[in-house]
Amino acid sequence: MRPTADPETGADGRAQRRVLPIRGAGLAIRRAGRVLLDGVDIEIVPGPLTVIMGPNGAGKSLLLRVLATLVPPDAGTVTWAGTTPGRDRAPRLGFVFQKPVMLRRSAIDNVRYALKVAGVPRAERDRRAAEALVEGGLSRLAGSPARVLSGGEQQRLAIVRALATRPEVLLLDEPTANLDPSATLAIETQVRDAHRGGTTVVFVTHDLGQARRLADEVAFVHHGRIAERGPADRFFNAPSSEAARAFIEGRLLP
Amino acid sequence: MQDFGAAFGEAFRLVASLDPDLVEIVGLSLRVSVSAVLAAALIGLPLGAALAVARFPGRGVAMVALNSLMGLPPVVVGLLIYLALSRAGPLGPLGLLYTPWAMILAQMVLVVPIIAAVTRQTVEDLKDEYEEQLRVLGVGTAGMVATLLWDARFSLLTALLAGFGRAIAEVGAVIIVGGNIDHVTRVMTTAIALETSKGDLALALGLGLILLALAIGVNAAVMTLRRTAGHAAYG
Ligand SMILES: Nc1ncnc2c1ncn2[C@@H]1O[C@H](COP(=O)(O)OP(=O)(O)OP(=O)(O)O)[C@@H](O)[C@H]1O
Ligand SMILES: [Mg+2]
Repeated sequence: MRPTADPETGADGRAQRRVLPIRGAGLAIRRAGRVLLDGVDIEIVPGPLTVIMGPNGAGKSLLLRVLATLVPPDAGTVTWAGTTPGRDRAPRLGFVFQKPVMLRRSAIDNVRYALKVAGVPRAERDRRAAEALVEGGLSRLAGSPARVLSGGEQQRLAIVRALATRPEVLLLDEPTANLDPSATLAIETQVRDAHRGGTTVVFVTHDLGQARRLADEVAFVHHGRIAERGPADRFFNAPSSEAARAFIEGRLLP
Repeated sequence: MQDFGAAFGEAFRLVASLDPDLVEIVGLSLRVSVSAVLAAALIGLPLGAALAVARFPGRGVAMVALNSLMGLPPVVVGLLIYLALSRAGPLGPLGLLYTPWAMILAQMVLVVPIIAAVTRQTVEDLKDEYEEQLRVLGVGTAGMVATLLWDARFSLLTALLAGFGRAIAEVGAVIIVGGNIDHVTRVMTTAIALETSKGDLALALGLGLILLALAIGVNAAVMTLRRTAGHAAYG
């Protein structure tokens, strides 16, 4: 089992400030005359596994990037634990992209790199990186160049790398979009394990089956707005918005 | 034609017997050009990386200037450096004119734009791929530059080899600032020019063969770098 994420201490064992709750208030983004995010209010609190759903182009990826401060909003604010986000807390927030970005080095060195950036002392890095690979079931690939791994292996490595710094929260943007069913299952297991270990998870997907398997909570994004948000049961069985109902029934037009 | 044959034979003999004059000239050429490339790398790598990563007004102009400087005519560079180093010039008091230092300086000026421009392109491409990932890990600007340079190292090595190719083959600038002084500033290209005009084709041809071999060697090295498995995974 991976060590429980300790909200008070970061990867380097020093006391670090929290990132949760992540709060976005009045988030708006316009590009080329189009409203991509339209006054989104969202809060990520410690605990649940939240699935963000919505049709293509709804603004899910953009929202996730804004919350991680990769994209500045035109209006609105993002706070981490009530304060202005800063680079020093980045290792406490894990982020996994749809298309994994592998650094040009071995699998284990990709993990070591994240630990180094997080300020983990050199002596500890080797052990922690090896442990993280074992937990992710990738130890046999430790020495392989990351960029020659298969798509599924790369994505698992990206998750291992994101979790190695023991983040409080893990944001994943359609991590299984291009993967076969067994790789998808492996990643769902990996994410569920992390969640059981105490990491708060936000998982973007438009795969209904996957959402049903994973979600405690669902936030449904449509046309740059949160059309509906609530417990997974209620979302799937009795959605309150027409858009969500249409999406679940497979008849929502983007 | 007989002269030619004899000259070729003599040229091979000079190379094979490691003729002292020839070895001295080749040695100086290598020292000058390697030094020039290393010095150019110290300037060109950070300059190229900065242009790739930083956003500032005038960046577009700087990039156009850099790309144009890649095609600088060596004789013009030689002339400008000659003026700077001549007794009345701003760097005159250093007394560097007609020394290997002047030649290193000239070749460096020719090579910096090549290294900087290739570095800029390479690092910028890699940055497009890496930037968001590095930022979510918490990497700052300095760390980002270091990571980009390190992960682009194979491509950047190619740039250094290309720079070396230009430096070692260049004649116009070094002949002006070095003066082609025997045992002091005589390098392969200037020796070839002089010996050919004097009619001593053997030495000229011998040096030409070595220069050719170096050019082929450099290109082979670049190709090997590109092809290795390491490059597939790391480049
Ligand atoms: N930098 C940008 N400039 C202009 N338009 C953008 C930019 N980023 C995103 N968009 C647009 O914003 C909209 C929302 O994009 P986003 O990637 O968030 O959608 P998504 O919900 O993640 O969709 P998908 O399910 O296809 O991944 C899209 O129409 C996209 O074209
Ligand atoms: Mg998306």
